[in-house]
Amino acid sequence: MSDCRRQWNREDELPVYLAGPITTGPNQRKSYGMFTSAEGACDSTTKDYDNCAAGRRGTRTPRSFSRDRLLDYAENPVPEAASEASEVQGCGSLVNSPGESEDGRQGVATACPSGGQYGATSGWPFQTSQRRGGRVVNDDRSEFADVYVEHGLIKDVGVNLTVPDDVRVLEANGAMVIPGGIDVNTCLLKPHLGCPPVDDFFLGTKAALAGGTTMIIDHVVPQPGDSLLEAFERWQASADRKCCCDYSLHVDLPNWNAGVQDELEVLVQEKGINSFQVYMAYKDMFQMTDSQLYEAFSFLKDLGAVVMVHAENGDLIAQEQSKILSMGITGPEGHPLSRPEELEAEAVFRAITLGNRVNCPVYITKVMSKTAADTITQARRKGSVVFGEPITASLATDGSHYWSKNWAKAAAYVTSPPLSPDPTTPDHLHSLLACGDLQVVGSAHCAYSTSQKAIGKDNFTLIPEGTNGVEERMGFVWDKAVAMGKMDENQFVAVTSTNSAKIFNLYPRKGRIAVGSDADIVIWDPDRTKTITSKIQQSAVEYNIFEGMECRGGPVAVVSQGRVVYEEGEGLQVQQGSGRFIPRQAFPDHVYQRIRTRNKVKGRQGVTRGMYDGPVYDVPAMPKYITPSPSAKTSPTSHQPPPIRNLHQSNFSLSGAQLDDNVPRRSGHRIVAPPGGRSNITSLG
Amino acid sequence: MAERKLLPRDNDEGSLLSKLGTDSPKPRVKFGGMFCNVEGAFENKTLNFDSYNSIQTEPRPSGMGLIFVPHCSVSSLCLQADRLIIKGGKVVNDDQSFYADIYVEDGIIKQIGENLIVPGGVKTVDAYGHMVIPGGIDVNTSLQAPQLGMCPADDFYHGTRAALAGGTTMIIDHVVPEPGASLLGAYDQWRDLGDRRSCCDYSLHMDITRWHDGLFEELESLVKDKGVNSFLIFMSYKDKFQSSDSQMYEMFSIIRDLGAIAQVHAENGDIIDEEQKRLLELGITGPEGHVLCHPEEVETEAVYRAITIAKQANCPLYITKVMSKSAADVIAKARKKGMVVYGEPITASLGTDGSHHWSKNWAKAAAFVMSPPINPDPSTPEYLSSLLSCGDLQVTASGNSTFSTAQKAVGKDNFTLIPEGTNGIEERLAVVWEKAVATGKMDENEFVAVTSTNAAKLFNLYPRKGRIAVGSDADIVIWNPKETRTLSATTHTLTVEINIFEGMEVRGAPVVVISQGKIVLEDGKLDVTEGSGRFVPRKAYPDYVYKRIKARSRMADARGVPRGNYDGPVHDVISMTKSVPATPTSRMPQFPGKGPLGPARNLHQSGFTLSGTQIDDHIPRRSAQRIVAPPGGRTNITTLS
Repeated sequence: MSDCRRQWNREDELPVYLAGPITTGPNQRKSYGMFTSAEGACDSTTKDYDNCAAGRRGTRTPRSFSRDRLLDYAENPVPEAASEASEVQGCGSLVNSPGESEDGRQGVATACPSGGQYGATSGWPFQTSQRRGGRVVNDDRSEFADVYVEHGLIKDVGVNLTVPDDVRVLEANGAMVIPGGIDVNTCLLKPHLGCPPVDDFFLGTKAALAGGTTMIIDHVVPQPGDSLLEAFERWQASADRKCCCDYSLHVDLPNWNAGVQDELEVLVQEKGINSFQVYMAYKDMFQMTDSQLYEAFSFLKDLGAVVMVHAENGDLIAQEQSKILSMGITGPEGHPLSRPEELEAEAVFRAITLGNRVNCPVYITKVMSKTAADTITQARRKGSVVFGEPITASLATDGSHYWSKNWAKAAAYVTSPPLSPDPTTPDHLHSLLACGDLQVVGSAHCAYSTSQKAIGKDNFTLIPEGTNGVEERMGFVWDKAVAMGKMDENQFVAVTSTNSAKIFNLYPRKGRIAVGSDADIVIWDPDRTKTITSKIQQSAVEYNIFEGMECRGGPVAVVSQGRVVYEEGEGLQVQQGSGRFIPRQAFPDHVYQRIRTRNKVKGRQGVTRGMYDGPVYDVPAMPKYITPSPSAKTSPTSHQPPPIRNLHQSNFSLSGAQLDDNVPRRSGHRIVAPPGGRSNITSLG
Repeated sequence: MAERKLLPRDNDEGSLLSKLGTDSPKPRVKFGGMFCNVEGAFENKTLNFDSYNSIQTEPRPSGMGLIFVPHCSVSSLCLQADRLIIKGGKVVNDDQSFYADIYVEDGIIKQIGENLIVPGGVKTVDAYGHMVIPGGIDVNTSLQAPQLGMCPADDFYHGTRAALAGGTTMIIDHVVPEPGASLLGAYDQWRDLGDRRSCCDYSLHMDITRWHDGLFEELESLVKDKGVNSFLIFMSYKDKFQSSDSQMYEMFSIIRDLGAIAQVHAENGDIIDEEQKRLLELGITGPEGHVLCHPEEVETEAVYRAITIAKQANCPLYITKVMSKSAADVIAKARKKGMVVYGEPITASLGTDGSHHWSKNWAKAAAFVMSPPINPDPSTPEYLSSLLSCGDLQVTASGNSTFSTAQKAVGKDNFTLIPEGTNGIEERLAVVWEKAVATGKMDENEFVAVTSTNAAKLFNLYPRKGRIAVGSDADIVIWNPKETRTLSATTHTLTVEINIFEGMEVRGAPVVVISQGKIVLEDGKLDVTEGSGRFVPRKAYPDYVYKRIKARSRMADARGVPRGNYDGPVHDVISMTKSVPATPTSRMPQFPGKGPLGPARNLHQSGFTLSGTQIDDHIPRRSAQRIVAPPGGRTNITTLS
């Protein structure tokens, strides 16, 4: 077949009218039909590509014979049967082809037979049913090309690649070749009341790979008072042992103090963490006051990190929770009732305001409601550097299930912010994703078993929060956005992978199919249809919140770190502990370029004036209030003095600034101090 | 009713003639013109009146002004100060305008209509060519609120005097107790001052400067016994007055239960505090620092948050001092979503902009300092007056709180010490007229609404105040829309040296101001009596505000889902035993009975939670564990809860 194709290439003369009919297999046609816009792009890309390829090929050729690699289809006349046989073995063992194993190298090949396009320079190959053209889809364009992978890196992309003989060939079969998904929000080790989720790093990443996600960024959630570094190391140790795909970590800040600052510096500068989550909710646990947020934002900005915000107004939630419990509502429906949409939108608004004031990029995790998303949209329109991340759950389902009669089912949906009961939310969020107002899709996968959820069976506030979604993430974005025509395939790649890679400074190592990038590649079949059910999922959770939903689009094969970890028909071939920690540098360009410029531009200047030399009122020395900051929300002790103490203190202040002192009986009085009075004032200030 | 019939008949006889006689085309408008809808109402009032009025024996003069004048002069010997008749003006209420005479006796409007039958010896006020409007109500003044121990330069006496000079016949002043001090004590103090010094009727808002449980009784007694139905809550002034979101929620809930109105000073104090520090570090100490550290967004954010909290608590919300476009927008949007929220731009935000903070003249720059700051965006006044015209903002106030230059100079080396407040009590009506009515954005009826009627409705003074109707207080202003004058510190009534509206030309001015039935301004001469102002108590549950709130609280009951008991396996939480208190925290019925289970106590309990849910206890190394309790495990949970 490749021969045939080469022949055609060589001759290059296949009449266009002939090429068309032949190439358009049913698959092919589908992918074309649906994304007409991409078709044009494809024309130009192919051409471009060809040029590059030619150049590259020249330089590479010598090298290519020295190693074993993976394949490329065009050059590689490996009999299919043989190659496939070896693959089967290889999958399990991580080694793909005999030749490779010898070197200890892992190679894989994603091969997508390059397709020409109609009437383009490289003619269309004849294809058998097994070898069909695939299309490499990046966030900026789609092109037909083969991808050659070696040592876990993409070594070459192009048509007619020259590759060694013994590479394993993976057929794209007309499907799309996309960069592996990056799930930027998972909590695979976040304990709730001491119990970790049932999906740990192993199960979670396995599920991720099954769904076409080849990298996760997990949240390190230290408990208040814990050392961030220790928590980070704990997470890293656990992940190193169990992860099946590359991972990186966000660190959540449970509180804000000087010690935290030192640790943050270490984390950013030595540990490769560039994103930190702060909480506006979880009163008395993680919640920070606005002052603390301001300080945290300023500090993180100086470090060049991305500030992620869990945006909900924790004060009000606490109030609403106690109100709703006192009304006797203890079931999961109390969860959305106590966390209405407005509280999310309010906090998003506040977070953005803080971000603007500090001139700090803000990343809103888990955008669950329309109003919150709209708030982000509006802020972006005004120029704020803010990013929004809807999650699988908010994109695929709604919160009506909280009212399910089945407690276990209702409880499975509990997550914060809650799913909006408004059934039009998913549509709205998809529209915003498609137009770029929201940028990233996460999953917030944090799966607790039903028995764990049952901890809160008599009190919804104790139900562990978290839903599944890591496996279904890509599928639902495809199903609800791309298959509906809201989004094209390039935007699909952008929201599931590229944007997050850019925001978190993984780009172009991740999030792109390009020479030199990591070989995290998914072969995506837009036409696969599958029904989500807990029976066939990877996750250990009993209730899949998407149970019974049909989903178009899914991975046919998944390549992680250059290894084929999933292939349709072969099942998952993952290896526990194979995931690497990916350090991320501070100051991601995508986020910080604007911030830097604004910093420069935004200098503030005072007005130069002569000294004021007029009379100055003589202020009686006032005892300064040492108010136990009434607005401190985090620490229960500092939050608010008990009333008695409060009064006590105010008594003191009273004795200083006696109310009666101030009573202006002497209405016209103006005690004007002579210039000497100034010293008084200085001492005040 | 029988009498009522009479009058129209009389009118019918005379009206044609009289109109001809007076040679004035204006009366015709009454029935055929622009504002004819409330015709019936108008008759009603006049009628009522007639019945009292048996004194009048002489044949009623058929015309209004001209014919009547001789009569008046004849009886001028026995002229009584508390009897007035205002003749020939166009009476402007918020719903309609019409030509009528007004008879005032004992400080009350007794009669409205044409050809009134009045006793002899009443003083006649000539209002020809002018409008007769209800006296302005300034709902936001701080004439006695001390800052840094300094009292404003203009106190109740000077302030109310200036108010009257500008056509405002009632103020609602803010009682600002020291944080932690007794509200009732402060109330008494303000009452005392007001009773002794105020020249016009006044009422009081209570500011809650520091919230704690013990205040509930005080609030209750203020509302039920003291005639206060509005409370101001601060979201700003960190470590001084600022309230946290939880506290606000609690206060809102209580305020709603009491039927009062929650007012907020909306600015994010936390951010301001941080920005202040930063600016001082940068070496910016002048008044411009005040604007820089109180950016518009901070106001907007707080307005948004206040509205969110009020929505949760189902409490009517009143935003004092709307100073920026974006804050006003948030209010407008919230209203469109159905929130019960009101916004109050003030004279300063309607009349000037904040560019003066950068003035080279320190004293001038400092005079503009107030919070939220006057916005530097010069298009703000136009924008706010547009929203005012379309009803998205409802009330204008002044926020008057003036400090002399010497007092402001306390902050000459540190802008955070500059006492905050501007003038505006005197200029308010004129500024609104100039910016909104004279420019054609608003008609005269809306003018009355935003300067007087809406405020009266919101704060439950209506219809005693805010309307010219029979039975209402005789707080009346005769407004000359054509007069033009220039605002200046040299001509204003306040004692403060700098007027922030210096040099502004305004059309519209009060010609005569009548407060409590007495003429206090006439021929440019101000004649006020210190201590003549009465405290006007206000009842709870103003209809204008609470009708909707009541309906909503009936509707908004959340209901649980009746389910069978969950009888599946339950994860055994080992460490949970420690966090037992966690459950009580959240389960605690928040307001046992009515009230104020303080946040402090609540928090205290949750403190236990924290220490209970030790982090280390839970560290989930045993990641795959599923300790599933047998059904017997349920007892665990029961004990937990």
